[in-house]
Amino acid sequence: MHTVSPPADFADWRNTARALLAAGRHPDEVLWAQPQEAELFGGESKPPKPNKSLTIPKAFIEMARSAAAHRDPRRWALLYELLWRISHKEPHLMALSTDPQLRQAQRWVKAVGRDIHKMHAFVRFRKVGEDELTGRESFVAWYEPDHFILPLGAPFFRERFSNMNWSILTPDACVHWNGMVMEFTAGVDRSKAPDEDSLDELWRTYYRNIFNPARLKVKMMHSQMPKKFWKNLPEAAIIPELVSRSKGQLQAMLNSEERPVKPAPKNAYLQSLHHMNRKALEALDKQEGS
Amino acid sequence: MELPQKLAILADAAKYDASCASSGAERKNSLGSPGSKAVGSTGGAGICHSYTPDGRCVSLLKVLLTNQCIYDCHYCINRRSSNVRRARFKPQEVVTLTLDFYKRNLIEGLFLSSGIVRSANHTMEMVIEVARSLRVDHHFRGYIHLKTIPEASPELIEEAGRYADRISINIELPSEEGLAKLAPEKNLARTQNAMGHIRKRMDEHSEEKRDAAMRKKARPAPFATGQSTQMIIGADNSTDHTILKRSCSLYSDYKLRRVYYSGFSPIPEPASVLPIKPPPLVREHRLYQADWLLRYYGFGVDEITDAQAPNLDLDLDPKLSWALRHRGQFPVDINRAPREMLLRVPGLGVRNTERILSARRFTRLRLADLTRLRLAMKKIMPFIETADHNPTLLGLDDDSLRARFLPPPKQMELDFVSPPPTRADRIASTTGEI
Ligand code: SF4
Repeated sequence: MHTVSPPADFADWRNTARALLAAGRHPDEVLWAQPQEAELFGGESKPPKPNKSLTIPKAFIEMARSAAAHRDPRRWALLYELLWRISHKEPHLMALSTDPQLRQAQRWVKAVGRDIHKMHAFVRFRKVGEDELTGRESFVAWYEPDHFILPLGAPFFRERFSNMNWSILTPDACVHWNGMVMEFTAGVDRSKAPDEDSLDELWRTYYRNIFNPARLKVKMMHSQMPKKFWKNLPEAAIIPELVSRSKGQLQAMLNSEERPVKPAPKNAYLQSLHHMNRKALEALDKQEGS
Repeated sequence: MELPQKLAILADAAKYDASCASSGAERKNSLGSPGSKAVGSTGGAGICHSYTPDGRCVSLLKVLLTNQCIYDCHYCINRRSSNVRRARFKPQEVVTLTLDFYKRNLIEGLFLSSGIVRSANHTMEMVIEVARSLRVDHHFRGYIHLKTIPEASPELIEEAGRYADRISINIELPSEEGLAKLAPEKNLARTQNAMGHIRKRMDEHSEEKRDAAMRKKARPAPFATGQSTQMIIGADNSTDHTILKRSCSLYSDYKLRRVYYSGFSPIPEPASVLPIKPPPLVREHRLYQADWLLRYYGFGVDEITDAQAPNLDLDLDPKLSWALRHRGQFPVDINRAPREMLLRVPGLGVRNTERILSARRFTRLRLADLTRLRLAMKKIMPFIETADHNPTLLGLDDDSLRARFLPPPKQMELDFVSPPPTRADRIASTTGEI
C-alpha cells in the first residue's frame, strides 16, 4: 500500500495524481490519508515527477477542479480512480453519467456549483470606510460556505467590484481585494466582521414592500433560501413578521369595498388614446361581422 | 416625503410585475478602468439575492418612478381610480438607491417602471434619465431593465434600449376585447407594433456586432439584448388555449426572451369591474410548465390544449396529462427512441435526456442506471421500456393510471391558496423541467 498525504487543493492533487499514474500505481494500492492523519505521514516523500505527458479529457479536468472543492474527504481517492479508469480501459467514461463513480463526482460538482452560486447571491458587504481623498470605499462581508469554494467564487467579486476595496471573511479562509491583487489569508471567526450596515433598514423596507402577502408560498422560499443562510441576511429578521401578518392583510383586501371608476381627467393625450382605441374596436367588430 | 416612505410606496406599487430576471445580458464588468468609479458586471446566469415569503426571487431593485397614473387599468393598484397613496422619486434618488444596494451585493441592478404622467413620451423621458445617469454619470455596469410604453416615440424607445440590458412592454391580456374592457387606454395592436420595432432594432444590433467582429472593427454602441412581457391570468375570462396561442406568436413573431404569467392578485384597492376571486396559483404554475413544453420540448399549442379542452389540467402537469391522453405512443424504449420522443416522457427533463443519449452509445441502459440519475421512477416507469423493464406488466392500459398520479384529496382550502409545492414542483419551478 502506498500512502500519500492529503492534497492541499486541486493543483496539488493534480501533481500527485499525475505522478501516481506515471508510476503505474493502481487506485487500490493508493491510500489517500485523511487530513487528521496528515502528520502521521508528514515525512512521506512525494512520488517522482512523471516524465511523459498525459492527455486527459478536458471535461475531466474541469469536473475534477470543481469536485476538489467539495468537503467530502473521499474526493481525492475517487477522482484518482476515475482518472485511472479513463486513462486505461475507459476513455469514454465521461459520457457515462450512469456510472456510479462518475455520478458521485458529478454530484459533488453540482453541490460546489450551487455553493458558489449561493455565495454570489448571499454575501452581504458592509461598508467600513471611505478614503477621504479618492472617495474609494471599503467593504467587509462575513460568509459561511459549505465547501472550499472561496478561490473559485472570489473572481466574480473582483470583476464586479474592482473599484472598491473589499474582504470576504469565512471560517476556512479570507480573501481581500485592494484594486490590484486578490490576497488569500487564513480563516477567522465571525467577530472579525461588522454586524450591521447603515443601509440595512432601508433594504428591509424594500424587502417588506416588494413581498406580496396575497401569494404566500413559504415552502418555496425555504427551498431556495434555506434557514441556514438567514443569520447573515439582514432582511431575514422580518420574515416571521411578514408571514404572520399576511393572512390578515389578505382578508382585509378581500373585504375592502370596491372602488368606483373615476372619470378620465381632461388630458389631450388620454383623449387621443380613447379615440384610437374606439376606432380599433369598431374595425375589429366590422371584421368579425363580415 | 422621506426616502424610506417613498421606497415603501413605490416598491409596493411595483410588486405585481412578476419579471425579475437578470440573465441574458451582454458580458460587461468593472475591470480595466482603475481609478474610475465603474461598478458592476452582467452576463452570467442571473442571481437571486434573496427570496420573499411569496417564493419570489429578489434580483433587482424593482420600483416605479412614480405611482401616479392617468390610465385606469382595472387590475392595477396604481390606476387613477384607486385611492392608494401616491409618491414620486427624483431620478437622483433612484440612482443613489441602486448604487448603494448594488455595492452591498443586495441586487443585480434596477428594474424601473412608472405610472403614466401627462403622456407616454414625458414618462419615458423621466425613466430614461435615471438609466442615463446610472450608465453615463456613474459608469454603472450592472443590469438595467426598463419598462417601455408602446405609445412612446420610437426615438425614446431607441434611447431606452441603448442604456438597458432588457426592455419590456407588458401585453397584459391576450385579447383586444379583454384589454378594451379592463385597460381602456391600452391596445394590443399598438403594443405588438412597438414589440416589432424593438425586435427589428435588436436584430440590427446583433447584425452590427457580427459584422464588427468579422471585420475586426470597434464594437457598435450597446443595445438591449432581450425583451420580455407579462400576461395577467384570471382577470378576464381568456382560456389557457388563448393565452398559450398568444405566447406562441409572441415568441415567434417578436423573439421574446420570456413571457411571464402573473395570476391576478387581490389588491388593496379592488375595482368593481373585476372578479373578486383570484385564480388558483397553480394555474399560473401550469401555464409556466406548458410554456416550457412549447419552447424546449417540441410541443405545439394544439397538443397541450384545444377547443374541446381549452384549459390546462390543474391536477397534473401538462406533459403527464398529454401522455395519459396518448397512451398509444408509449412505452418509449429508452435505449432506442429518438430525442424528440424521450423528451415527451413524463418526468424526463432536457438534461437527463442528454445524459441518456450520451450513455446509451456505450451501454444498454437498465432501470438501475435511471435510478442513479435520480429520475422520478414512479412517474417514469409506466411510460418506458429498458433492457430489464417492460411496463405492460404495470398495466399501462389500465384506466386507473390517471388516478395513480392525481394528488391526494385535499382538505377544504380557501381558493386562493395553492396546494403546497411538492419536491418535483420545486425543481420544475426553478429549472422548468417537467
Ligand atoms: S398604465 Fe395601467 S398598469 Fe401601468 S401603472 Fe398605470 S394603471 Fe397601472
